[in-house]
Amino acid sequence: MTVAQLSPDVSSGAYRVWQRNRDATLRNWPTEFLGIAVEPFAIILALGLALGRFVELESGEEYVQFLAPGLLALFPMFAATFECAWGSYVRLEMQGTYQSIIATPISVDDVITGEILWGTTRALVNGTYILIVALILNPWLHMIESPWAVLVVPVGVLPGLLFSSIAISFAAIARAMSHFAYFFTLVINPMFWFGGAFFPFDELPRWVQIIGFFVPLKHVVDIYRGLINGELEWSMLGSLAWLAVVTVGFYAVAIALMRRRLIQ
Amino acid sequence: MTAAVIEARGLVKRYGAFVAVDDISFDIREGECFGVLGPNGAGKTTIIRMITATSPLTSGQLSVAGIDVTRAPREVKSILGVVPQEDNLDPDLPVRKNLEVYARYFGLSKAAVRQRIDEALELFQLDDRSGSNVDDLSGGMKRRLTIARALVSDPKILILDEPTTGLDPQARHLVWQQLRLLRARGVTMLLTTHYMEEATHLCDRLVIMHRGKILTEGRPHDLIAEVAGPQVLELRLPAAERDALLAEFPQSDGISVEQVEDLTYIYGGGDASLRAAEQVGDPHRAHVRPGNMEDVFLLLTGRGILD
Repeated sequence: MTVAQLSPDVSSGAYRVWQRNRDATLRNWPTEFLGIAVEPFAIILALGLALGRFVELESGEEYVQFLAPGLLALFPMFAATFECAWGSYVRLEMQGTYQSIIATPISVDDVITGEILWGTTRALVNGTYILIVALILNPWLHMIESPWAVLVVPVGVLPGLLFSSIAISFAAIARAMSHFAYFFTLVINPMFWFGGAFFPFDELPRWVQIIGFFVPLKHVVDIYRGLINGELEWSMLGSLAWLAVVTVGFYAVAIALMRRRLIQ
Repeated sequence: MTAAVIEARGLVKRYGAFVAVDDISFDIREGECFGVLGPNGAGKTTIIRMITATSPLTSGQLSVAGIDVTRAPREVKSILGVVPQEDNLDPDLPVRKNLEVYARYFGLSKAAVRQRIDEALELFQLDDRSGSNVDDLSGGMKRRLTIARALVSDPKILILDEPTTGLDPQARHLVWQQLRLLRARGVTMLLTTHYMEEATHLCDRLVIMHRGKILTEGRPHDLIAEVAGPQVLELRLPAAERDALLAEFPQSDGISVEQVEDLTYIYGGGDASLRAAEQVGDPHRAHVRPGNMEDVFLLLTGRGILD
């Protein structure tokens, strides 16, 4: 395999794929955005306030405050993951959308890049919305303590790209809709519960912390927690670098797997 | 003689030990409708996938308008209009938006293709469905929309992979009529089909493929005249009765007999065929008809009882 084959063949076609997804989503916007609109309120109410009454943290902060960075990381993760797991699989396997696009001047790499950019866009829209909800509720819940919190939006590009790339890599090897049960049961759900969103990691045994280092969501939550609390640390740059490296890795995996699937 | 727009030399496609396309060469000339005829699994779709740069060549050379497919796939795909075998219209977009979004894949703006889309929708009788959901269209309408979609980029070559498979006779004839109209306008077309009648109807020139190889090449009516001859005797008789009848035919190299299920075809029988039909006296059991493309295929793939 030559260098030319290894480097992605990406053009403005990626943007056209992104536009296609935007147009298709906006056509069904009420159904697409209803869930996004309601979910954060439900979880703030159920976990933050109802369950939070029974939770006492060593740091002295309210549980809903502890939960805030987790919410900002979790919902965008799901937005990107759903889009590039099920959404992409439907377009690949059920609708033949990819096959129709690669018969035009657009390459497989363009398609995958466009899909990942769209998954990232959904993650960003989702994250921005939750940040706005948190700011609106801030006079009562005090979830956001620092203006640095606004950086959650641009920083969110990285996890958006990462979770989209992971999800579409799985879509590229899935042979049936039911195979996504493996992906969600073994990858996404454990990350949801053990990604540092719901309980502090610091007091857990050392081996749990080591595992935590390999969980992408943990790094996202750590960065967001620092930004929201205004407690900036050098380790956040380390987490950013970790996320960047893993993102590039999964992007390459996604492209390689999807080329194998579509070009035969 | 006009220049070749598609040139294929020694195309080979292997999947492991299986050879899907086995050393094939052909030229498609500007403005002609070129057919690739053959049963399922003959390698037709693989050839199309090679031309559209979605299936790398195992070996051989393939160029479209002088551009090498392997070296510059984007350039090649930008001058093709592809109608795939299975409808892959975008169900997330309404009819007209399907065409606009597809044109955008070619870098063409909505304004640039407005008129072309209007014309395509009118030509394919879809102008009153431009706001419909794709899933609400009938099979024939979806096919027509897929062909219309392939035309929005004003392609140099239209590639049709089994364009009428799965359509009812009315819908098929409508598609044929529209393809003939496009041919009359000078659109170069490559068409694959397993319908012999379709190939005869639409193609200026065709190749017959079987198991990855080209069996023959020519104009449909020339092939019929050369291979099947002007008339064919069709028999539906018990074996003993059939053999007795065949025994009366003169021993000649020009006569060939093919057996398909309970039907026997006698080619090149001349007057003896006419006499035999008269002798049986029942058109359901014996009749003489003109040769067709199906006969050509049957004779070339050699399923004959005399082999």
